[in-house]
Amino acid sequence: MSFVSRGFRGRRRDHADPARVPPGQYVTSDFPVLSAGPTPHTALERWDFSIRGEVDEPRRWTWEELQSLPAETVTVDIHCVTKWSKLDTVWTGVSVDTLLEEVETSAEFVVAFSDGGYTTNVPLEDVTGGKAWVAYAYDDEPLDPEHGGPARLLVPHLYFWKSAKWVRGLELRDDDEPGFWEGYGYHNYGDPWREQRYWGD
Amino acid sequence: MARAAVLGRLTWRLGTVLELVDETPRARSIVLEVPEWPGHRAGQHVDVRLTAEDGYQAQRSYSIASAPEDDELVLTVERLEDGEVSSYLVDELRPGDSLELRGPVGGFFVWEAALGGPLLLVAGGSGVAPFRSIVRHHLAVDSDVRLRLLYSARTLDDVLYRDELDRLAASHDVDIRLTLTREWPDEWSGYRGRIDGALLAEVAWPTDARPLAYVCGPTAFVETAASALVDLGHDPGRIRTERFGPTGGPS
Repeated sequence: MSFVSRGFRGRRRDHADPARVPPGQYVTSDFPVLSAGPTPHTALERWDFSIRGEVDEPRRWTWEELQSLPAETVTVDIHCVTKWSKLDTVWTGVSVDTLLEEVETSAEFVVAFSDGGYTTNVPLEDVTGGKAWVAYAYDDEPLDPEHGGPARLLVPHLYFWKSAKWVRGLELRDDDEPGFWEGYGYHNYGDPWREQRYWGD
Repeated sequence: MARAAVLGRLTWRLGTVLELVDETPRARSIVLEVPEWPGHRAGQHVDVRLTAEDGYQAQRSYSIASAPEDDELVLTVERLEDGEVSSYLVDELRPGDSLELRGPVGGFFVWEAALGGPLLLVAGGSGVAPFRSIVRHHLAVDSDVRLRLLYSARTLDDVLYRDELDRLAASHDVDIRLTLTREWPDEWSGYRGRIDGALLAEVAWPTDARPLAYVCGPTAFVETAASALVDLGHDPGRIRTERFGPTGGPS
């Protein structure tokens, strides 16, 4: 690269291991919030999680039923397309593998859908094999509504808009349907390590 | 949900700084000439990338404060405490410098006449930047959509675009309401205190008018204002939010 911003030295004082920070990201200890609309508040007794679409039969779990499934606690790094990364975040929830255990499907794609109308799309193989969770606790505390509570999808290897807040289910599909931000010019796949922020990246 | 038109790749461009306008002691507007700027819609943002001599780079997003109809691209940047990029843009950048950016980005937090209204813009602090774009666009296209801007700032000295907002308020083209949260002049005739349900109940368009509301500011501000609008009976599907800043509280 030839361009240099006159007088810019940069801080570069991040103590983080550079191998853990994707290109164009900076490490923060805050937990910033990005949402397109107001934070929805759904009562837990009315909350459920569904799997629908190209499946042998739709599945549905109430809040209590989800809580009774085997939980995993994972420590992962997360990367937001607005440039912040947060390392070693600790989440508890149910692996998507567990939810899909008994599901027969020919689908190759998933659209996660949420309260408030938000959607995001991911290939099925990116939410299976120990790569994604429906998380309901952060740092051992119930997940704050601002950050997607009562439950959000957690797909830490993709930009964080793929980790749908206020998630209510997964629609399995044969075709790849762009979600909310994907329809507004954000990258269809969103790999932070390839800096896939926007269409064409 | 409307889909954006198919876009080309967002390429990095070099803009030239034409002018720097001190808006407040902590914020300034960067007036840029960007060759082959593809145009933008009111409310969109850009990514700015700084590069040090050793190749180190840092990127951040900034709202566009100019209207699509304006000749130049304007970004307004507030210096954040310990802000690596914002401190460079506010303190170091000079006229004649080049600035690398790409965009426009974001297609949801935009307003254009076809979206209608009535329009309610709720700004906290430097969250007013994209609303300058929307207000200017509204005037440029001579929209008859009713527009009201409610803007919360700490003190009068923290108000961005104060002269422009005063002029607009005096012209009655748009309805501009200011609230000051920390201190205010003795003769202050605007609102006092933070934006809450009571103030929004007074200022927001009636819910049966089905206003289209845009809320922009620090996370806590947006949470409060957007939730208060929902509690007042506004349709969550007609409230668009943009949250920014080093906020969200420590984890």
